[in-house]
Amino acid sequence: MRHVIGWLLLTPAAILLIAFTYWPIGATVADSLFSRGNPIRPSRFIGLENYALMADDPIFWQVLWNNALFALGTIPASITLALLMALMVNRALPGRALARMAFFTPTILPMIAVANIWLFFYTPDIGLIDQIAGLVGLPGHNWLGDPDTVLGAIIVMTVWKEAGFFMIFYLAALQTIPPELWEAARLEGAARWTYFRRILFPLLMPTTLFVLINAILNSFKLVDHLFILTKGGPDNASNLLLYYIFETAFSFFDTTYAATLTVVLLALLAVLSLVQYGVLDKRIHYR
Amino acid sequence: MSPRGALETGATWLLALLWISPLLYALWAAFHPAEFAVTFDPLAPLTLENFREALARAPFPRYMLNTFILVTMLLAAQFVLCTLAAYAFARYRFKGADIAFALVLVQLMIAPEILIVENYATLAHLGLVDTILGIGLPYMASAFGIFLLRQAFKSTPKELEEAARLEGCGTLGVLWRVYVPLARPTYLAYGLVSVSHHWNNFLWPLVVTNSVETRPLTVGLGVFGAPESGVDWSVVSAATLLSVAPLMLAFLLFQRQFVQSFMRAGIR
Amino acid sequence: MFHDLKKAVVGTAAATALMAGVAGASTAQAETELTMYYPVAVGGPLTEIVDGMVADFMAENPDITVNAIYAGNYNDARIKALAALKGGEPAQLSVMFSIDIYDLIEQDAIVAFDDIVETDEEKAWLNSFYPTLMENGRTGGKTWGIPFQRSTIVMYYNKDAFRDAGLDPEAQPATWDALVEAGQALTKDDGSRWGVMIPSTGYPYWMFGALAMQNDQVLMNGEGTETYFDAEPTVEALDFWRSLGTEHGVMPEGTIEWGTLRQNFLEGKTAIMWHSTGNLTAVKENASFDFGVAMLPANERRGTPTGGGNFYIFKDATPEERSAALKLIRFMTAPERAAEWSMKTGYMGVSPAAYETEVLQAYVEEFPYAAVARDQLEFATAELSTYQTGRVRKALDDAIQAALTGSKTPAEALGEAQATADRLLKPYR
Repeated sequence: MRHVIGWLLLTPAAILLIAFTYWPIGATVADSLFSRGNPIRPSRFIGLENYALMADDPIFWQVLWNNALFALGTIPASITLALLMALMVNRALPGRALARMAFFTPTILPMIAVANIWLFFYTPDIGLIDQIAGLVGLPGHNWLGDPDTVLGAIIVMTVWKEAGFFMIFYLAALQTIPPELWEAARLEGAARWTYFRRILFPLLMPTTLFVLINAILNSFKLVDHLFILTKGGPDNASNLLLYYIFETAFSFFDTTYAATLTVVLLALLAVLSLVQYGVLDKRIHYR
Repeated sequence: MSPRGALETGATWLLALLWISPLLYALWAAFHPAEFAVTFDPLAPLTLENFREALARAPFPRYMLNTFILVTMLLAAQFVLCTLAAYAFARYRFKGADIAFALVLVQLMIAPEILIVENYATLAHLGLVDTILGIGLPYMASAFGIFLLRQAFKSTPKELEEAARLEGCGTLGVLWRVYVPLARPTYLAYGLVSVSHHWNNFLWPLVVTNSVETRPLTVGLGVFGAPESGVDWSVVSAATLLSVAPLMLAFLLFQRQFVQSFMRAGIR
Repeated sequence: MFHDLKKAVVGTAAATALMAGVAGASTAQAETELTMYYPVAVGGPLTEIVDGMVADFMAENPDITVNAIYAGNYNDARIKALAALKGGEPAQLSVMFSIDIYDLIEQDAIVAFDDIVETDEEKAWLNSFYPTLMENGRTGGKTWGIPFQRSTIVMYYNKDAFRDAGLDPEAQPATWDALVEAGQALTKDDGSRWGVMIPSTGYPYWMFGALAMQNDQVLMNGEGTETYFDAEPTVEALDFWRSLGTEHGVMPEGTIEWGTLRQNFLEGKTAIMWHSTGNLTAVKENASFDFGVAMLPANERRGTPTGGGNFYIFKDATPEERSAALKLIRFMTAPERAAEWSMKTGYMGVSPAAYETEVLQAYVEEFPYAAVARDQLEFATAELSTYQTGRVRKALDDAIQAALTGSKTPAEALGEAQATADRLLKPYR
């Protein structure tokens, strides 16, 4: 009986999960084995040809590399800042609520709006950054138009958006750490840095891992800003995997190649999932 | 306060100011005439012209209504679906529950927008392209929601359920009378996270919607601010503020709940 | 259920109306509903103008209802319209990028106008537009697209800056050399003003089409199956573009943003910009200085690609819908409307008759720059358009950006783009 009721309760959610998660995963893999079709030349089975095409596609390798750089650029920086912010606003200080709000606000803005605002900063000559640079006599720079700086510019913006979000988790974790620990450590003569390194940081480890997974996930999912800022340019210098998938599917109408690219993204996420499970287990164990 | 404490307080304020300054800039640009968008003159006249202009150029109230319908509908569906599923996982040790739960968690990692190509095809088959329902449908069975509510239900004392059963409550009665009320903070937390996530979601709605009647705010703003139309900063700033205003306002009013909700949602 | 009921009621009503019509010996028509997608790629509140024109059309044709949907930029419009068709949503016509023609034919989405026009008058109408504007709409001997929001690239320049630099504001640089020379005079060493800006995001291949044409080289053949990206004059053209930044220092290095360029020009940060004529009205309304508009300069010859959007009619439309769509398109492109459209936006009047209307003649008299685009048509060519246009275009865009940002040499970048295009186009030859 409980089996029946259990499954009945699960059914509505299960139908939607099958329709929009499991089925499309399978369909993606299947589609990646077919050629691009059109009304005149229907799509046909071509085995792994799309994968061979992908291996030869320099843009694919570049977006993958960009994604790695984007992750490397955003994750350590936003996590470090998040931790710093959490420590800053976890202590008593005048205007604490305001400071917390300032850090957290970017989190609730849509990425599209963020990109709109930051476009003003990065525009050469008339943008805010160049104007401020101009005041102190520095030459302007074409931040989004230079392949050496475009990814960096986007990373800075993303860190701004994400740090406050991660701060919340650290703040929550810090509030569960009894203040007596610091008192005790101080009595032992530990310096603050030692306390942080030897006691606090290890205690925050589960949070850090959780935030880390989330940050990696975001670095694959977040492409909204590219629509406003760069469209992946110049010469793909800021293109990311999901944006390339979007372009391939909806600008070039090559759904089978887009499926092939999606398979790579899925594989990456699958690896991440396995790590996530390990981490999650550890967390539960830890508690 | 010790000098060190003062220094830290100063540093905190400085960082906070730096963090909020992009928004302050957007406010500046939106409330001043276009010629002051990139020049700062404290005596520049204030104006609402940019907002008028933005409203005249694009139907932002309609977009806002669409977003509002979307998040409300989605949240209601999420509550129902996730509650039922979470209850099953928390209290019915049915056959295959572990595997089913592991499968549900897959969606935590693989969000529907990753699968845009196939999900779009599915939606086209269902005839739901360019509908608000179509934007929401893939997100209704939320693994995150199931996960959170399962945790909450698990911590509900079994005795309460037994007492309710003795009073003659059925499965759904117990769920409604006992579990749901006790999980209220979790619903609030999940609700705020869900609303702010879907208020801000862009890629999937962009793909699915074609018309003013369905387009949510983010897509409307994306279409409006697309640099193809030649950026008019002051007006784009005004439009941007219009789009974020309701959520910002809610956030400012319920700041504590927001922050606590995000915290709660994070501890899972 | 409710829906069925509604249908039944409407059906009965229509039948009644039809009978009444027959009785009255007049031909009453059942209402035709049209859905039209359209993009807006350049400045100004164009949606209002389109909506106004559509409203006028419906007032004149009460039996036709038009649902005009603004779909963002050209890319969005194509995606939306094709997606709607695939998803079974109704759409009978659309304004889409003139260069989408081959993709639309390949998708079997559109129908040639030759198959819709019936009367001699309608056939003559097909030939009433500027021939250069028809180039992108014709292939295989058939007409698939009717010009609507069409433009060319023109050179906007800041006359005050010219005076300030000691140049004659009426002597517009007419050759590449003159452009460089003027640019050098106009560029300020402190970086507060550049000589020239040619945008290289958004539509780099379009700007490049102008430079290539000026070097007497087109970018593709008329069948959309061959590209000439690695031809010597093409490479030279890209060399020249790049040299403006690297060698002559009259343009910033790196790419220049399409969307914010107008703002740069209006702020006086660049003395000359190349941009779509579609920006003319926006510049006219917002420039706080004396500005001029000129044809693009020449090297071997003058040249610019045409650009912008054409009307297409979808294959799925029923015969009644097709003829209603044709009616709408004829209305929207009629000389008076084309004249009005041109004055309000800066896009071109698409037919010689538009420039013969009194209003536009008066406007050109008062504001001669409105005719620059038309005069330049004589030197114009089709915009880059091939099969697999999105990808071929991206290959060229990437090559241009790679060369401008210095990560590849022009020859190298264009060689790769040509190889990509060859691979993509081989199946169509």
